[in-house]
Amino acid sequence: MDIKAYIALSLVLFTIGIVGVLVRRNAIIIFLCVELMLNAVNLLLVAFSKMHALSPAAKASANFAGDAQIFVFFIMVVAAAEVSVGLAIIVMMFRNVHTVDINFLNRLKN
Amino acid sequence: MSNTFNLVWLIPALPLLGFLVNGLGRKSLGKSASGFIGSAVVLGSFIFSIMTFMEVRQGHTGVVHFFDFLNVSGLKVAFSFQIDQLSSLFLLIITGVGFLIHVYSTAYMHDEEGKDFAKYFAYLNLFVFSMLLLVMGGNYLILFVGWEGVGLCSYLLIGYWYENNNYTDAAKKAFVMNRIGDLGFLLALFWLIGKTGSMEYGQVLQTATLSKLTAFDITGITLLMFVGATGKSAQIPLFTWLPDAMAGPTPVSALIHAATMVTAGIYLIARSNILFSSAIITQQVITIVGLATAFLAASIALKQNDIKKVLAYSTVSQLGFMFLALGTGNYVAAVFHVMTHAFFKALMFLGSGSVIHAMGGEQDIRNMGGLHKHMKITSITFLIGCLAISGIPGFSGFFSKDEILAGAFGYNTIVYSVALFTALMTAFYMFRLYIVTFTGKFRGTHDQEHHLHESPKAMTIPLIILAILSIIGGYIGIPEVLGGHHQLAAYLSPVIPQIHHHLSHETELILMGLSTLLVVCSITFAWIRFRNFKINHNHNSLASFLENKWYIDELYQFAVVKPIQKASSLFQLFLENRIIDGSVNGVGKLVNYGSRQLRLLQSGQVGAYVLLMVIGMLILFVIQFFVS
Repeated sequence: MDIKAYIALSLVLFTIGIVGVLVRRNAIIIFLCVELMLNAVNLLLVAFSKMHALSPAAKASANFAGDAQIFVFFIMVVAAAEVSVGLAIIVMMFRNVHTVDINFLNRLKN
Repeated sequence: MSNTFNLVWLIPALPLLGFLVNGLGRKSLGKSASGFIGSAVVLGSFIFSIMTFMEVRQGHTGVVHFFDFLNVSGLKVAFSFQIDQLSSLFLLIITGVGFLIHVYSTAYMHDEEGKDFAKYFAYLNLFVFSMLLLVMGGNYLILFVGWEGVGLCSYLLIGYWYENNNYTDAAKKAFVMNRIGDLGFLLALFWLIGKTGSMEYGQVLQTATLSKLTAFDITGITLLMFVGATGKSAQIPLFTWLPDAMAGPTPVSALIHAATMVTAGIYLIARSNILFSSAIITQQVITIVGLATAFLAASIALKQNDIKKVLAYSTVSQLGFMFLALGTGNYVAAVFHVMTHAFFKALMFLGSGSVIHAMGGEQDIRNMGGLHKHMKITSITFLIGCLAISGIPGFSGFFSKDEILAGAFGYNTIVYSVALFTALMTAFYMFRLYIVTFTGKFRGTHDQEHHLHESPKAMTIPLIILAILSIIGGYIGIPEVLGGHHQLAAYLSPVIPQIHHHLSHETELILMGLSTLLVVCSITFAWIRFRNFKINHNHNSLASFLENKWYIDELYQFAVVKPIQKASSLFQLFLENRIIDGSVNGVGKLVNYGSRQLRLLQSGQVGAYVLLMVIGMLILFVIQFFVS
């Protein structure tokens, strides 16, 4: 498949994520959108890795293993850990202020 | 250099040691200990100076090199001592008179507190050290180090009683005036380095080096050096600090402001005599300034009533005489007069100190009188000093002053007449001082009269020694016309080329006879005038003009100090307050205002932050893709 399709898909996902972060006020939705952006980039990484592995220069190289995609799993693991922390924060926030509306959370001011 | 001089470094090192011991241990040393240390180190220097002098007499002269003081890109200045006829003579004067004054001080300053007493001796030793450095230095830079050192010590000692504001003002005045002169001297040094690339006497003061300089260079350098000399040696226009310097303790006045430091300018010019001899214009300037100073100061001294002020103006006047001699190319006479003047002026200052001591701090001669009865030694030695300074034959001042006058006669008759008239004024005011102070009736209070006493031995013995020196000091320079050989001139001839008078012996004898006769007349006139001295408050205008010192201080106040103060307050108002403070405070205010505006961006709305972040990222993308 052409690499352009992957790039387009991940661009769309990333843009959806950004717009979601910008326009929504619900912390959980924003969090989901952040995850969406992260995974859009992850997808791009896989696509480029594959494209690189199929290139003639890479095939000529003796010690090329095509295993750069392993980093995607690293990112997933880190993202999973991050999600658990992020969700925990949101849960604690809800317990304290009984809302997940971010406009309500401007305590950083002053 | 041969090892004849391997101990010469001890001469300045001993007073430095004394300074360190007295200065650091001033709180723990007792009075007698610090006085003893202070005097002993100078005595040690004196002994080594005599040894050096003996060596030099046998013809061993030279430069003692210690280490390189400066070594930068082509300019190499050594820390070295120049041991020759001129410096060895000055060494003897400084350490010899210095030692006597140290001994005298142990008694004179006896009422001071222990730590002040030690501080006094520390300063005095530091002064001797600096002065020795000044005359021993083998190049102009070492001389300059000593030159600044003596200026500092002079400041410290004038302001020794620092609790009195007038005294500290006098100290500041002395320091500032000296700095003005020093600037001239410094410029002369830079000029000299620029043109000759060296400051060593041995290299600069050579006919070969001097022939490379243009007449303009030589005139400029010598004139600037002379500016330095006018500051240190109290000549017009920078002389007003010296009379004010009498605020210091009297032995200090004797040592620094009469016998040694103020002769530094004369030493400088005598040392550079080859340079000055080839600068005709400078010599003329020196002659005129010296003569004018001698006359002006002598006329002021006629009407002063403070015993130390009279002596101070007399010093200025005598220094003027020395410069007159330098200007007329009579360097030997100037050095000779430095020596005799050191003896008799130190004697008179110490004598005045003895009087002030006896009078319990009183310095106004109008409140004295008849002191001869009470303090015979002081009175007689003071009289010897007066006779010496007046130029009575047989006393030291006669020989040196006569030599200066003879040189002036050979130079120009008008200069001679003015100088002679000044010499007559000298005799007149000195005997006015003597007669009013020591003869007649006592005019002070009963308490003071009851308290009058001769000073202790530590004070009178230096007086006696100095009196003897004031008599015999002149016999090393008996002119040929009186059957002498002028040993001093012969001794100094390797450093200062001898000049030959073109005066015939008859003329010289007539001049001597004339000046002696007139001086005797002048003294007689003073005796008639002041025999029955009464305090008289009626002044004519000339008298008050002289009493107010030609209003020169007022003139300086008006012409220099006031404009500077005005300009300073103007600068304070505009430049300092508006421009400098304004710009500094303006920067602060700008940052403050800017921050207050930027603060609004931090709203606490997470969405706003994210929006800004995205916008920022978009801008970066745009730059990345479309701009570069």
